Amino acid sequence: MVESLLEAVEAAEAAGISIGEYALRTEAAEGLRTREEVEAGLLRALEVMRSAVERGLKGDVHSVSGLVGGDAARMAASDGPLRDTPFTAAIAAALAVQEVNAAMGVIVAAPTAGGAGVLPGTLLGIAKYHGSSDGDLVRALATAGLVGGVVAVRASLSGAEGGCQAETGAAAGMAAAAGVEMLGGTPRQAMQAVALTMQGTLGLVCDPLGGLVEVPCVYRNATGAAMALAGIEMALAGVGFPIPVDEVIDTMGQIGREMDVRYRETAGGGLAATPTGRKLAKERLVQLKPRSK
Amino acid sequence: MVSLLDIIGPVMVGPSSSHTAGACRLGLIARALVGGTPERAKVELHGSFARTGVGHGTDRAIAGGLLGYQPDDERLRESLAAADAEGLAIAFENIKLRGEVHPNTTRITVWRGGKQAVLTGSSIGAGRILVTAIDGFPVDVTGNYTTLVLVAHDEPGIVAQVATALAAEHVNLATMRVSRRQKGGDAIHIYELDSPPQEGAIARILALKAVKTARVIERVA
Repeated sequence: MVESLLEAVEAAEAAGISIGEYALRTEAAEGLRTREEVEAGLLRALEVMRSAVERGLKGDVHSVSGLVGGDAARMAASDGPLRDTPFTAAIAAALAVQEVNAAMGVIVAAPTAGGAGVLPGTLLGIAKYHGSSDGDLVRALATAGLVGGVVAVRASLSGAEGGCQAETGAAAGMAAAAGVEMLGGTPRQAMQAVALTMQGTLGLVCDPLGGLVEVPCVYRNATGAAMALAGIEMALAGVGFPIPVDEVIDTMGQIGREMDVRYRETAGGGLAATPTGRKLAKERLVQLKPRSK
Repeated sequence: MVSLLDIIGPVMVGPSSSHTAGACRLGLIARALVGGTPERAKVELHGSFARTGVGHGTDRAIAGGLLGYQPDDERLRESLAAADAEGLAIAFENIKLRGEVHPNTTRITVWRGGKQAVLTGSSIGAGRILVTAIDGFPVDVTGNYTTLVLVAHDEPGIVAQVATALAAEHVNLATMRVSRRQKGGDAIHIYELDSPPQEGAIARILALKAVKTARVIERVA
């Protein structure tokens, strides 16, 4: 099992292969599934991601509370200075997936449902302008999986354990590496993209209104995709981050362990504890008791 | 072990991998312990499961798991009504479990055809789960493998006999663990298998004098 991204980079460089190819080979070598099974699983994930984006962009999905929905369609029709670029496409797609998720629709948890918009948003936003093949996207998803696996082992992927830095933050790191892989960057650039992205999400708290995956989660997936795009662009330009990627991930885990419980999905602090946050939670996200019958 | 498809997945009904998909998986394991849809279930919710479970569909997800729905099954949304229709009575209760307990933890007791089983399990992130107790015995079950759960009298040689029965059907063991509450009483054996055991292997195992029950938990996708 891969526990260090730096070791993964060295192994990929030694073998002269991309980091996505390394991830697929390593997974097959573990013996739980064949390479064909892994690729088929990732291709199915890609199809579900595409369907969720398409569904959300229609603009007619709404969460149970009615607090979120319709913003993906708004974003796709944006007329701002960055209109018709991978950037706006990524943000619209990230919002779309997360709106579908809040409406109890089918998505791919990548790594979690709360952070499920970041990876498809980033990759499909880029792919829209770069004509990437399914093969490119599958290798990119394998890259993201490798990064997520290391984060799971070294830190956490749970908002209840580590705050939002462990969900949308981890997702952004995964998406950054995946984007570099998809655009033909080197293994080392892919890992630089992870470090450059996750340094920017360190400390991010999990503070959902009423404890539900709606606000700010939907919007935080969009900003997560923006972080990933920043990391990708910097890494491909040759920017390096002075702290090695494994240490950035360890730092995320350490901050998570030291984070007050109010900021770990309990709705006890942050935006959830604002006057408006509390009011909306009370009015719209009624705290129900489990039903017995 | 963390697999790529654990991270890029599961494909699931939203909104929360911990509160919805993981909860569904725990329901599926409880169902497997009694070999099908229970007639009755008591679902106790701890921590974040208790506080935000209903808004995340945790109750619907566990009910769906008990009915045999997978985490990506859109019927999860309507599973409480389906449970009514299929004669599964579920009582939900919020509790505080003692000790160092993961925030997303449930204790599920199920009854079916005179059999009863109880599990304690946690949803540990990204839809992954860990069952920490079955029928009062401490265990570590992830659901990532086909899992054979045996309760047998605690005496020498049982593990070897079980391993032999599995080997005869070409079933390879990935991991195994035996635990007991007291020496010479009953012990629980957890075997994680690389492939599902055939009927023949289960029959051979059940024929062993010390073995009281043998239950198979299918790998949860």
